[in-house]
Amino acid sequence: MVANARTPSSRDALHDAAFRPMEAPGRWFWPVALGLAGIVAVAFGAYVYQVIEGLWVAGYNDKAFYGIYEANLVAFIGVSYGGALVSAVLRLTNARWRAPITRMAEAVALVSLVVGGAFAIIHLGRPERIWRLIVDPQASSPIVWDLIAISTYLLATAIFLYLPLIPDLATTRDRLPARAPRLVRAFYRLVALGWTGTPEQRRLLNRSVGAIAILIIPLAVSVHSVLAWAFSMTSRAGWHSSIFGPYFVVGALYSGVALVVIVVAAFRKAYRLERYISLDHFVSLARIMAVLAAVYLYFTFSEMLTAGYVRTREEAPIVAVMLEGAYAPAFWGFVVLGIFVPIMLSVLSATRSVRYLVLAAALAVVGMWLKRMLITLPTATAPLIGDVWGTVQLTWVAIVITVGATAAIPLGLMLIFRFMPILAVDEMTELLPGSAPAVGGEAR
Amino acid sequence: MADTPVPSPTKAPSVEEGSARLHLSRRQALMALAGAGSALSAGPLLGALVSGRTGRADRGLLANGAEAEGARRWAMVIDLRRCDGCKKCTEACQTKHYLPPEQEWIKVYTLRDRTGVEFNVPRLCMHCEDAPCVRVCPVAATFVNRDGLVLVDQEKCIGCRLCMAACPYEARYFNWTEPTIRPPLPTIPTPEFPAPQQRGTVGKCVLCVHNIGHGELPYCVVACNMDAIYIGDLDADVATNGTETVRLSTFLSQNNAIRLKEELNTKPRVWYIPGHGEDLGW
Repeated sequence: MVANARTPSSRDALHDAAFRPMEAPGRWFWPVALGLAGIVAVAFGAYVYQVIEGLWVAGYNDKAFYGIYEANLVAFIGVSYGGALVSAVLRLTNARWRAPITRMAEAVALVSLVVGGAFAIIHLGRPERIWRLIVDPQASSPIVWDLIAISTYLLATAIFLYLPLIPDLATTRDRLPARAPRLVRAFYRLVALGWTGTPEQRRLLNRSVGAIAILIIPLAVSVHSVLAWAFSMTSRAGWHSSIFGPYFVVGALYSGVALVVIVVAAFRKAYRLERYISLDHFVSLARIMAVLAAVYLYFTFSEMLTAGYVRTREEAPIVAVMLEGAYAPAFWGFVVLGIFVPIMLSVLSATRSVRYLVLAAALAVVGMWLKRMLITLPTATAPLIGDVWGTVQLTWVAIVITVGATAAIPLGLMLIFRFMPILAVDEMTELLPGSAPAVGGEAR
Repeated sequence: MADTPVPSPTKAPSVEEGSARLHLSRRQALMALAGAGSALSAGPLLGALVSGRTGRADRGLLANGAEAEGARRWAMVIDLRRCDGCKKCTEACQTKHYLPPEQEWIKVYTLRDRTGVEFNVPRLCMHCEDAPCVRVCPVAATFVNRDGLVLVDQEKCIGCRLCMAACPYEARYFNWTEPTIRPPLPTIPTPEFPAPQQRGTVGKCVLCVHNIGHGELPYCVVACNMDAIYIGDLDADVATNGTETVRLSTFLSQNNAIRLKEELNTKPRVWYIPGHGEDLGW
């Protein structure tokens, strides 16, 4: 299987690139990590304040009972799907170029899911009673479906990150310097599960990674569908729509692939991985992004057309407020800056550079967050009787918590790559010519 | 629970066939509603109301009327021909239930019909037979009691607000802050009388279940100077606004009573009598 067991220097270079973040991440690491941790800590403080004061501090009221936290919940869990897709689909289609980015993609899936899942708690009026969901769940409630789907998916993303990591953890174990603390040694010995790279071990690993790669796709689809259904199981215009499940799935994929682009670009630069991650990787990811953006635009068009053409008494005001009313700047801003511009930047040869593709991805991520606000707010504030719309306030508590959650993602990734190699060393060795043999592989 | 004698529809007080008006005193009517011919039997019924059904949160999608023998099928009728929009009902409800001003468990909407004429619609919880809020509640905090009333156990509510999203009548309110208004004496809040409200949970009209079970009228019915609000029982087939008593089924059919958003199939227990061609299809 070992492609081109090349010179020791090539192998050393790969190992150096992949393990450097664990051993000596660079001078910038701790200042940045502490800065991000500070932001997360402030956000946590704001949340404590919210728990004490009640949800009004986040700008909610009876005529605007859902808003920013619900949008965040969908947005953050959404980006998690991109990581799962990049890794799982590219694995199943045997796209070899995936190898250097799978580890980062899988880590993004896990970290953003944890952060997104936190909003399921943050948005509750009585978070301390969440145990009731476990002891007395009502099967008829979409919230219970959410709980089951998200927790299953969380387990699956953790396994999906862990399985392909085992050979690399074994390498880490074997690389530990003699002066490494005993606890660290014991940890890596434990998590490496006695991996030595025998053919039997490799066969088992390949089979289980294949199985989880298949399994994670329907799981991720179910998570984003169920999130959508929590909205569409109500009779409210704008939410009660059969398109919502696939609509949310595609939106999740689009924003998720975009986040992978940003994360890969950031770590590539920070850890100088240019030798392993080239412009071609970004171009390939951007193409996937562009296709997903186009599909999402199609869904948006389909939604607006069917509602805006028939113009029922309930739906007409929602469409009007979106296309030409108070939300029109946000909506058209999203269509242009969140869809059209990213597509153009992704496909035009003039903008074929990492910088432009990262810009496209950033527009996509921010645009999709805005779109989630556009899904949540107009319907939540629309009158069901009479014609008085609710108004929502953007408060410092909601902003600080949202910014804190955003900061938690890079922080989580930076910390995670202190414990595991940022590149899938073993996979790269297997799939890509010009890399080094795996630990315990044939070359040993 | 099932040992309290209740008059069946056939045993309802004498009525002239075809007439919606019954000639009963207010007290008699209330006693009929309470399921008793005399004041003596109201006691056990009250006991049953308070202890029996509240402890037992029926968590099915629907209250099963057949299973709960001796249960009521409470209903309300609002005569829009009489409502002048004075909001006395809202005021009384808020005072007696210790609610903040933004929680209008009975809320009077002033709307315009197609000719531009204003009319008033008091909206309370519809106590739907097929209540969307009950279905979406993840922890059975919202439930249907055996009389078909939709209640909220604020001790269980986790504050996810999906019921607010699901309710087609905007009848549910959230306690975004610690309630500032409290009863003068310390009380133990129950789903039937949730006072004081609990921060971070949902509250809504309880149809004054704390009153109607033992022959007292809901606060909004008492407060209405126009006698526009009727409380009744579909099984006993009577309803009263405190001044006059009507045979419920006849009253509804003769006046072309309608229910809000009938197309959603929620089967509300609140009827409206438009009378002046008000446009109720918001």
